[in-house]
Amino acid sequence: MSPRLLPYALILPVTLFLCVFFLYPFILVSQQAFGSADGWSLEHFRDVVSYWKFPISMQNTLLLAAAVVPVQLALSLLMATMVTRMQKGRDLVLYVWTIPLGISDLAAGIIWLAIFEQSGFLNSMMVGIGAIDSPMPFLSYQNPGIIFLAIALAEIWRATAIMLVILVAGIGLIPKEYYEAAEVFGASPWQRFLRVTLPLLRPSLQTALILRVVLAFEVFAVVVALGGSQFPVLMSEIYAYQFDLQNSGAAAALALIVLAISIVFTLVILRALRVPKGATI
Amino acid sequence: MFTRVQMLGAAAALAVSAGDVAQADVLFWSTQARPAEEAQAMRDNVLDGFDGEVDFQPNEDGPWLTRLRAEIESGTGTIDVLGSLHGNFSAMNPDNLVDLGDMGVMAASETFNDLGRLGTDTLQYIPWMQATYLMAANREALQYLPEGADIDALSYDELIAWTANVEEATGEAKFGFPAGPDGLKHRFFQGYLYPSYTNGVVRTFASDAAVTAWEAFRELWEHTNPASTNYAFMQEQLLSGDAWIVFDHSSRLAQAFNERPDDFVAFPAPAGPEGRGFMPVLAGLAIPETAPDQDEAKALIEYLMKPEIQIETLRATGFFPVVNVEFPDDLPPSVQAAGAAISAMSGAPDANPGLLPAGLGEMGGDFNRVYVDTFERIILGGQDIRTVLDDQKGRLAEIMQETGAPCWAPDAPSDGACPVE
Repeated sequence: MSPRLLPYALILPVTLFLCVFFLYPFILVSQQAFGSADGWSLEHFRDVVSYWKFPISMQNTLLLAAAVVPVQLALSLLMATMVTRMQKGRDLVLYVWTIPLGISDLAAGIIWLAIFEQSGFLNSMMVGIGAIDSPMPFLSYQNPGIIFLAIALAEIWRATAIMLVILVAGIGLIPKEYYEAAEVFGASPWQRFLRVTLPLLRPSLQTALILRVVLAFEVFAVVVALGGSQFPVLMSEIYAYQFDLQNSGAAAALALIVLAISIVFTLVILRALRVPKGATI
Repeated sequence: MFTRVQMLGAAAALAVSAGDVAQADVLFWSTQARPAEEAQAMRDNVLDGFDGEVDFQPNEDGPWLTRLRAEIESGTGTIDVLGSLHGNFSAMNPDNLVDLGDMGVMAASETFNDLGRLGTDTLQYIPWMQATYLMAANREALQYLPEGADIDALSYDELIAWTANVEEATGEAKFGFPAGPDGLKHRFFQGYLYPSYTNGVVRTFASDAAVTAWEAFRELWEHTNPASTNYAFMQEQLLSGDAWIVFDHSSRLAQAFNERPDDFVAFPAPAGPEGRGFMPVLAGLAIPETAPDQDEAKALIEYLMKPEIQIETLRATGFFPVVNVEFPDDLPPSVQAAGAAISAMSGAPDANPGLLPAGLGEMGGDFNRVYVDTFERIILGGQDIRTVLDDQKGRLAEIMQETGAPCWAPDAPSDGACPVE
């Protein structure tokens, strides 16, 4: 095969896969979203957007993403730098830190529910050490703040590792020479981190952030387990439309709205963290 | 190359034989008896006596519906028998179900058979088993019953006073209400609160009596465990002690009675100014048009409707028979407790039985949402009752107009769509 055609041949399987499992379903979903009894219409979108819970679920989703992603970014940067500095036991620590990745998000939600429940671990511990007299219902409709905090905690615990693994790989790619040069010029560790690691980590940061932000808009099982009916998010609304109301059109419309938000944020991140042309590691 | 052909041949042979096996088994696709122990009891004790192989597959509503829809849309199927709740069947197009009117088996109750016709002339699903919603309490709570109150004939006011007493004595709100996303709260409003206070569900949705009903519920909510918005199966909170007095579906309370029969009591739902409203749960059996072996499917349904098999089903699932049977003495504790409470409820002088919503077709979910939204706005959101009811009323009227569903009990009958007054 001619070398000119080889790359195309190599990406062919992936392209086919994406066409069959992404593009084709995407077209079907769009048809459902824009379809109605009499041809094309925006009826489903109107229905979905005018529902009183839509602004609340939109706000909850965005707030959660805004609270969780920056913390995760900072944490994963810190953890990645720590791991790369380790001489011994690096793999072991990495494995342990990535365990939450292997747990399904519903399971993660249930684990955290077992902690925060009225008869959960946190309560029995606090009663045990005498901090409170009787178990308190933390996850109650009266404390929306605690519910939010619990969900954010569970999300941070569950999904920081996905950024971590990307950043660890990225840091590993930065040539040692830059650090040596910086040290020669007397840069402090903090300066080295700011001036060497961060800029050279851009491509990895981009990937990690896009993945994480898109996943943050799809948050579902953890929220349902911990927030109950107190914390509607976009995904739980999609679920309600599809299964409680059996209204696939509205579910598809809402799914497209989530897709649109994800695309906008992806573009913003791509733009903000773009690597200047010609600049490589 | 030769080996590859051989392997392909072997794979093809395997695929064919797997297909044969699948055809020999009757696929029983159910939303009921989902918990592992119930499913196992269905297989071991209920279905093993059937003359033929049954593949019993219980599933969540979502996957259940998704596969069924896919089979109906493609026109070829593998599912032989469907087992699900009235609500799931009523959301389907009756044309996709085999007419079962000529089978000669049906429920003893004509009301149930009428529900099974789904608005057509003939049975679309055969009523299979029934349950209802009940109250249950931890025995420790009984000492706080208001003076003079009879637990088998409570009123809503007495229930509120009782929960208030418990809170005063223990310092904790211990009424438990399944207000989580998977909780069956909408059935409480449709079948219990509204009928008890307004003697209606749709007609009286925004009446003055409804305002009183919501005021009472708001009072009850003050003594409700605030974590209730996470609750779905009240047996869990009964067992953990987080709630002492609860309302739920009888099969969602069963585990508590079976694990610790001496600790809990079941009792009828409370009564309001318009009587003791309550509502049945009805599960049915149907055959999709795409079923590969309709004769075998019908044989399975006939088998499941036999009185002795209905008793076995009761043991396995906690759902009561829909045909006339003689109850044996050795039923599980949950069944005994629920049975006694149900007969006290239906035999009460002020009983005001309602029916499941009917004729709503695929708008059943939208109908439930009206009640859930009303609850979330009034109780959780603290909005003004009158304003919310007037607002939600419009949505309810739209649904009734769109589906043309006539009123069902306890609403007075209507010509055409049930009006929201």
